[in-house]
Amino acid sequence: MLRFVSRRLALMVPVLVGLSLLLFAWVRALPGDPARALLGERATPDGIARVNAAYGFDQPLFVQYFTYVKALLHGDFGSSIQTGRPVMDSFLERFPATIELGFAALLLAVVVGVPLGYLAARHQGRALDTAVVSGSLLGVVTPVFFLAILLKLVFADQLHWLPTAQRQNPRIEATHITNFYVLDGLMTREWDAAWDALVHLALPAIALGTIPLAIIVRITRASVAEVMHEDYVRTAESKGLTATVISRRHILRNALLPVVTTIGLQAGLLFSGAVLTETVFSFNGIGQYLFEAIGQRDYPVLQGFIICIAIVYSLINLLVDVAYGVIDPRVRAS
Amino acid sequence: MTSTTTSAPLLAVRDLAVTFGTKGSRPVHAVDQVSFEIRPGQHVGLVGESGSGKSVTSLAIMGLLPRRGVRTSGEVLWGGQNLLEADRKTMSRLRGRDIAMVFQDPMTSLNPVVPVGIQVSEVITRHKGVDRREAADRAEALLRKVGIPDPGRRLGEYPHQLSGGMRQRVLIAMALACGPKLLIADEPTTALDVTIQAQVLEVLKDLVKDTDAALLMITHDLGVVAGLCDEVNVMYSGRIVESTTKDRLFGEPRHPYTGGLLESIPRLDSPRGTPLRPIPGSPTQTLPWSEGCAFSPRCRNKIDSCTTSTPVLEQHEDRQLRCFNPLTEARQEARS
Amino acid sequence: MSMSLPPASGGVDAGLVVDPEVHGVSLWRGAVRRLRRNPTAIVGALIVLAFVVLAVIAPLLTSYEPGSAEWAGDVTPTSVPGPSEDHWLGLDRFGSDMWTQMVYGARQSLVYGVVSTAIGLAAGATLGALAGGFGAVGGRFGGWVDTTVMRCVDVMLSIPSLLLAVSIAAVLGQNSYAVMIAIGTAQVPIFARLLRGSMLSQGKADYVLAADALGLRKGRIVMSHVLPNSVGPTIVQATLNLATAIIEVAALSYLGLGTSDPAVAEWGRMLVAAQDRFDAAPRLAVLPGVAIAITALGFTLFGEAMREALDPRTRR
Repeated sequence: MLRFVSRRLALMVPVLVGLSLLLFAWVRALPGDPARALLGERATPDGIARVNAAYGFDQPLFVQYFTYVKALLHGDFGSSIQTGRPVMDSFLERFPATIELGFAALLLAVVVGVPLGYLAARHQGRALDTAVVSGSLLGVVTPVFFLAILLKLVFADQLHWLPTAQRQNPRIEATHITNFYVLDGLMTREWDAAWDALVHLALPAIALGTIPLAIIVRITRASVAEVMHEDYVRTAESKGLTATVISRRHILRNALLPVVTTIGLQAGLLFSGAVLTETVFSFNGIGQYLFEAIGQRDYPVLQGFIICIAIVYSLINLLVDVAYGVIDPRVRAS
Repeated sequence: MTSTTTSAPLLAVRDLAVTFGTKGSRPVHAVDQVSFEIRPGQHVGLVGESGSGKSVTSLAIMGLLPRRGVRTSGEVLWGGQNLLEADRKTMSRLRGRDIAMVFQDPMTSLNPVVPVGIQVSEVITRHKGVDRREAADRAEALLRKVGIPDPGRRLGEYPHQLSGGMRQRVLIAMALACGPKLLIADEPTTALDVTIQAQVLEVLKDLVKDTDAALLMITHDLGVVAGLCDEVNVMYSGRIVESTTKDRLFGEPRHPYTGGLLESIPRLDSPRGTPLRPIPGSPTQTLPWSEGCAFSPRCRNKIDSCTTSTPVLEQHEDRQLRCFNPLTEARQEARS
Repeated sequence: MSMSLPPASGGVDAGLVVDPEVHGVSLWRGAVRRLRRNPTAIVGALIVLAFVVLAVIAPLLTSYEPGSAEWAGDVTPTSVPGPSEDHWLGLDRFGSDMWTQMVYGARQSLVYGVVSTAIGLAAGATLGALAGGFGAVGGRFGGWVDTTVMRCVDVMLSIPSLLLAVSIAAVLGQNSYAVMIAIGTAQVPIFARLLRGSMLSQGKADYVLAADALGLRKGRIVMSHVLPNSVGPTIVQATLNLATAIIEVAALSYLGLGTSDPAVAEWGRMLVAAQDRFDAAPRLAVLPGVAIAITALGFTLFGEAMREALDPRTRR
C-alpha cells in the first residue's frame, strides 16, 4: 500500500515541475514586454522599473525561473497587481468558501445520484428508468452558468424562497474561525449563523452539483446494469443470500468502482464550475476572485491561483486513486 | 425410470418447458417436455451438447432464469411444493441450504472484491444463523475438506490470488457449506485444464458421498458421467431422448444420438489409423420437434416417419426412449 | 461415406442459410444500419442537422444584421418588446432583433465548435499517435518518446480544462482566435490519450503480430492497419467534444473572454446581457441557454449512439 502511494506521489513531481515551467512560460508569452504586460494600462516607467526589480525580468531566463521556483517553494506566489496583496493570502482566505460549496455540491451529487442510478438500473425499461435517463441527459448538457442564472432568477429574485447572493446575511452575528461558515456556526453554537450559511449554500450547490449529479447517475446506472448480469451475482443468488446482502456486498461493491474513479474527475468540473457559479451568486470564493482577476488581467493572481488549483486537483486525484486501491484488491497487486 | 427403490423422490421434474422469446422474434423452446426424478442420495446425469437445454433446465430448477422474456411451465416438485410457483422468499431460503449449485466458470463465478473466506461463510451465516467467528471456522474446515492447502491463510485472500482449480474447489465448498440435500453441478470441470479436471471431480465425488447428497450432474462429457452417475438422461434440442441407468446406456445405447456420442470417443484399443467417427452434420441442423424428430437431419437410422411425425418419450424394453427406429443388438455388433 | 446432409427445411437454427446481418458486412455499413434503427440516434442527428442548417443559411433566414441595435429606442429599463410580426422573437435589451441574434449565434457556435475541436483533434491525435506508435514499437527510444509526451499531457490534465482554456484565452487577447485556440488546446489531452491507448492496445492485437510475422514493416502496419481501426472511436470522441466545446465557448464569453465586438452574436454573451432584464423579459436568457443545451444534447445523443453502433461487443 505504502509503495502504491509513494509511487503515485513520485509521479506527481514531474507533473508539477512541468506545470511550473508552463506557467512560467505563460507569463512570458504575454504580448510585449512582460513588465508592461503585467501592469497593463497602468504602466508607468516607475512602475515598470519596480516590477522588473521585483520579478527580476532583467535577469537571464534561467535565473528568473529558479527565482520563481524558489519563491513557489517558500509559498510566495507573487502579489496582486490590483491590491498588492500576496496571492497566497487571498487564496487561503477564499479557499474555504469554494471547498464548502464544492463539497456540498459533490455530496448532493453522490447522495442523490448513486441511489437514483441504482434504482434506474434495477428497474430498467420502466418509467423510473426512462425519467432518470432523460433527466440525467439534460443535466449533462445544460451549461452550469445558465442553470445558476435560472435558479437564482427564479428561486431567489422572483420567488424569494432562498437568498440571492453571498454566503451569509451580513446582519447576522457570526464568528468566523475556519472560514467554513457552516462549520464555524456549528462550532460556536451560533445555530442561526450555521443555518443561514447553509441556506445561502443551497442554490449555488444545486447549480454546481447538477452536472456531477447527472454524470454520477449515468455511470452508476450503467455500472449496476452491467454488474447485475455478472456470473458472481448469479452465484450469490444461488446461495440463497438475502436481497440486501446481494445488493450491498456483490452488486454495489463492484458497481461503485467506476463511480469512485469519476469523483476525481468531478473535482475538476467542480473547480471550473465554481468560477462560473460563484460569479452568479456573488459567492466569495476563489472562483469569483478568479473571475475578477480575469477581467482585470491580474496575471500574478491568475498564475498563482491556477497553480494552487492544479496542486489541489492533483492531490484529490491521488486520494481517489488510493481509495480505489483500498476498495479494489486487484489494483493493489499491480 | 426403471429404479426399483420405493423411496419418494427428492426432486420430481414433470413436463418442464422453458421458452425464451421477446416481442418480434420467434420463440425459442430451450426446454420442452422434460421429466425426471432424483431420489435421495442418487446421482443423476444430464448429458447433451451446448444448446441441448441442459443448463437451462438446471437454472429453471433453481429459479435463476431471468424474469423477463422467459416463460416456464410444468412442475418442479420439491417436498410436495412446485418450485416454479414458489415466491422469492421461499426460493431464497431453499437455495444454498437444501439445493445448491456449482457453476461452470470459476474465473467469473466469484466476487472479485470480497475475500474468499467471506464468500464461503456468508452462506453459513445466512442459513445457519451462527455468528461470524463460528462461520469462519466452519469455512476454514470446508476449504480444508475440498483439498485447499493452508486454508487459514486462504480465507483472507481474494479470488484473483487463486488458480482456476482452487477457485472451483472454493465454489464446491460454498455449495456444500450447509449440507444441501441436492447438489446441481453445471459442467464444473469444463473450464479447467485436463489434469485439474480429474482432481476436482474426485473432490466432488468424495464430498457428495460423504454428505449423502443427491447429485444432478450436467455435462457434455460422457467420461464424467461414467465416473459419477447412476442414472443418465440424454438431452437433444431441448427434450430428453434417452433415459436409463448408466450401465445400460454405455453397454447398449439405443438412441442413435447416444450411439453417435459413444462412437465418436476415440478408443485406446482401436488400431492405429482408424478414422474418427463424429456425428455427421452440426447441431444447427435441426428440425423443430413440431415437425418431426429434431435429430433426423443427422441420424443414420432415419426412416420416413422421422420427418413426418414426432417421436414420444416412452418405455422401450428396459428404458425410456424417444425414437422411431432405435439402435438394435445387430447394429452394435456391426460397429465393433 | 458422405458427410453432407440435406439442409434442414426450417427450424429455429437453420443456420445453413447465410445471414447477411452477420456475414460479410463491414463495420461501417453495419453501424449505419444500426444507427438508422435507433430512435435516440435519429433525434440527435436531426438536432445536429437543424443546428448546422440554421447556422449555415443564417444570412438567408433574416434580413437584419446581428448586433445592429437599430431599435434601441424601443427598449426601456423595464420593458423589452416581445415577439411581433417584424421581430419573431422580439428584441434584445440593446435593441437588436432576437431571431437574428439567435441564428447568427448558432453560426458562431458552429464555427467555434468545429474549429476548436479540429485543432484539438489534429494536435491531440498527432501527439497520441506518436506516443502510442513509438510506445508500441518499444525499445528505449520508443518508450522514452511515449513517456515524455504523456507527461506533457499529464501536465495539461492537471488543470481543469475550462481553467486551462481560460488561461490561454486570457493570454492570447480579446478575439475569436484566442477562444478557438484555447478550447482546442484544452481538448488535446483527451485525443492524445485516446489515440495512444488505441495504438498501444492494438499493438498487442493478434492481427498486428500476424502482420509482423508476415514480414510487413512496423511503419506500414501502423499506417494501414492500426490507424484505420482508431478512426471510429476518434470520430465518436470528436462528436462528444463538439458538445463540450459549444458549452465552453459560451462559458468563456460569459467570463468576458473572446471577442467583444457587438456585431458578433454569441449565445454566451447574450446570456450575460440577459441577466439583469430577467423579470422584464425572461426569454432573453431562456432562448440562448436552451439553444446551447439542445445543441449540446444533439451532439451528445448522436455521439453516444455512434459509440454504441461501432462497438463490436454490441453487434448482434
